[in-house]
Amino acid sequence: MSTREFMLGNVAIARGIIEGGGQVISGYPGTPSSEIIDTLAAMEKRDFYVEWSVNEKVAFEVAAGAAIAGARSVVTMKHVGLNVASDPLMTLSYMGVKGAMIIISADDPSCHSSQNEQDTRKYAQFALMPCFDPSTPQEAKDMVPDTFRLSNKFQAAAIFRPTTRISHGKSDVELGEITSEKPQVKFEKIPERWIMMPKNARARHPYVLQVYEDIRKELENSPWNQLELDAGSKLAVISSGVASVYAREALKRCGLNASFLKICAYPVPEGKVTSILEHADKVLVIEELEPVLEDEVRIMAQKHGIDVEIAGKSEGLVPRHGELNVDVCMDAISNAFELPVVSSEATNLDLELPLRPPVLCPGCSHRAAFYIMKKVFGKDGIYPSDIGCYTLGVQSGAVDTTLCMGASITMSSGIYHAGEDHPICCSIGDSTFFHTGMNGLLNAVYNKADITVTIMDNRITAMTGHQPNPGMGRTAVGEATVAVSISEICHALGAEFVEESNPYDLMATEDVFKRARDYKGTSVVITRQPCVIDLRRSGVKKAMFSVDAEKCTGCKACVRFGCPATEFDIETKHARINNMCTGCGVCAQICKFGAITEVKR
Amino acid sequence: MSSAGISLFDLVIAGVGGQGTILASDIIGKTAVREGLPVMAAETHGMAQRGGSVVNHLRVGCEFGSLIPLKSADALLALEPSEALRYIEYLSDDGIVLVNTEPVLPVTVTSGLSSYPDVGEIIDYLEQRFTVKAFNAVKLAKEAGHVQSMNTVMVGAVSKYLPLSKDVLIECIRQSVPKKTVDINIKAFELGRLQA
Ligand SMILES: Cc1ncc(C[n+]2csc(CCOP(=O)(O)OP(=O)(O)O)c2C)c(N)n1
Ligand code: SF4
Ligand code: SF4
Repeated sequence: MSTREFMLGNVAIARGIIEGGGQVISGYPGTPSSEIIDTLAAMEKRDFYVEWSVNEKVAFEVAAGAAIAGARSVVTMKHVGLNVASDPLMTLSYMGVKGAMIIISADDPSCHSSQNEQDTRKYAQFALMPCFDPSTPQEAKDMVPDTFRLSNKFQAAAIFRPTTRISHGKSDVELGEITSEKPQVKFEKIPERWIMMPKNARARHPYVLQVYEDIRKELENSPWNQLELDAGSKLAVISSGVASVYAREALKRCGLNASFLKICAYPVPEGKVTSILEHADKVLVIEELEPVLEDEVRIMAQKHGIDVEIAGKSEGLVPRHGELNVDVCMDAISNAFELPVVSSEATNLDLELPLRPPVLCPGCSHRAAFYIMKKVFGKDGIYPSDIGCYTLGVQSGAVDTTLCMGASITMSSGIYHAGEDHPICCSIGDSTFFHTGMNGLLNAVYNKADITVTIMDNRITAMTGHQPNPGMGRTAVGEATVAVSISEICHALGAEFVEESNPYDLMATEDVFKRARDYKGTSVVITRQPCVIDLRRSGVKKAMFSVDAEKCTGCKACVRFGCPATEFDIETKHARINNMCTGCGVCAQICKFGAITEVKR
Repeated sequence: MSSAGISLFDLVIAGVGGQGTILASDIIGKTAVREGLPVMAAETHGMAQRGGSVVNHLRVGCEFGSLIPLKSADALLALEPSEALRYIEYLSDDGIVLVNTEPVLPVTVTSGLSSYPDVGEIIDYLEQRFTVKAFNAVKLAKEAGHVQSMNTVMVGAVSKYLPLSKDVLIECIRQSVPKKTVDINIKAFELGRLQA
């Protein structure tokens, strides 16, 4: 039987967790990391525990608890999730673990689906933890069991940093054996390790600094760091992670022979770096985002007094922002080594292309909620928002800010307390509310912010691929659990105006928003309607709507609403509805002429 | 072929979130693995899947990275005409474009913020520069039994040029689509293949 499969990088990582005998896996969704837990949670048979936690700090601590009790644990998140989890991160480093722990933080160079493009390798350096930076999906899978081994050997948590092109890359992956050996779980009371009060923390810091250097030595022989010296060339390239495969292809396309050092496991091994530096006259360092590797290489050259020219980001040859690719690497190589430039000029399009930004789905309830919000709070209203599908409400003109998860309610408070006198109405999704919105609401109520908080409860964590959350009454693996009531939470946090409304019912929702706007103090409106995509997957199908051309006056009110299923026919000057209609019925309520009606089946 | 010695066949698949570009690359990728070839692919997941412009790179017989350099793709499979133009810079000078002529109008167009170029002009533009196979894949999908099989029509069209066997492709379609739609998708594949 063939053991090669065409696999998504994240599925390969999930497989690596299984092969390595992971026992407790927790995480919070975030592109491009989500499919790791999606995959593990969907398995029919499991001999490990897996959960979607409510945020990354929580997920991190669940995994940390498991690891100090002796288990092999994994926590998954996107890069910005590590900011939320950075408090436990920085001290777990002193504490170390007993079993093994892998912190998967998926980076997103070029911000394909993110609000920034921070580099997790910086966190690894900061936290004094080893970091694995895979260059292919195969390597990502194979690295996981090895990372468990290393983490256990040094009793230190390890960071694993796939990037979008690994997590959402697909490749033929050769499967490996699944370990049957599982460490025994037994919490041992070791106060000097598990209680990080000053006395213990002071003693652990030098110890951890030493462990970090011991790991550096261990990684000298790691299969993930490979040195190939080219006897006939005085040129060299040092490259990390996914950039290393682009760099190799670029060298081949440039027809250049050079020594090559691939670094996919950090801290950077000194012996391999000094070998290549001593061998070459000129070295180019190619890595995505921050000059983590480059800085280390420069420090090592100086420390060992090696006379070699080092080039990379500080010369502006390799960009410090955006993802790399073969073309960028070819440019960098040609410039660094003074080759004739071969890169192809961009094709000049003389036809103008329409923009195609992502939009809310046809019938998405967020669109209806924004429509009414905007109607009630007006064009001068202030609309701080948050992160989720509803951020796409920017097209409805009802999203004025997006900073990070949870920042809608808190920034609204700040805008209010600064003295802004226009009404403030913010929006936050259900999952985001559970993540870091609750403490913001508590703060707003406590400090008497006169704002309206709209919790857009579409009964799921939609943006990241429809993961369950505490409001839904089921866990990651589909078990029934308590369905936490958002309105009860709001009441418990001290809010006195808390009302629910179905955003598809425009009139009723308008009434709720008006009363919320006029209320003195923090008011909460919960717009509740399941995500149409999730609803369709569960088999619910509604009748479509259509436009009666006789009644349509061509006023475009429905088209301005912005549903992708409504179109305007320039020839007939009438609106029409295409087959993407999901039957929410909102445009029919907007049409003043009764021209839009349900199609009877 | 500008990726000679690096990749056997470089394919760019362009479309709109929701059109099924991922399934299209999955079918081809799985077939390649079945045939013992290494494959590297890059997909658009996440935010752009909500009706945005999406692009997948698929490199059959390649052991480097998944991203195809500019002007290196052997074929561009466009599930939507304006998306063919958006990613045309990846196609090598002697590459082929397979394009569905049925547009999906972005909201920027339906709401009157921008205009959509004439489909005839798009095809002319492409034909002046490359070998082009243009056809209405939505019509063919309906003929096969369901609009949603449009992506399989397109896989059928590109299949003639791939270094992969038709039978294995069909076998992989069988395994990749919902059971109820197997026959529709195989028919869609055949109708697409006739266009090439
Ligand atoms: C700290 C952090 N973690 C995770 C993410 C990824 N992320 C973006 S939106 C989102 C959840 C959105 O869910 P919800 O609030 O329910 O809104 P919906 O998408 O369902 O409208 C997540 C987890 C992030 N941007 N930041
Ligand atoms: S996935 Fe759901 S929540 Fe997101 S835009 Fe579509 S309908 Fe709205
Ligand atoms: S009923 Fe109207 S608003 Fe709702 S999905 Fe259909 S076209 Fe869009």
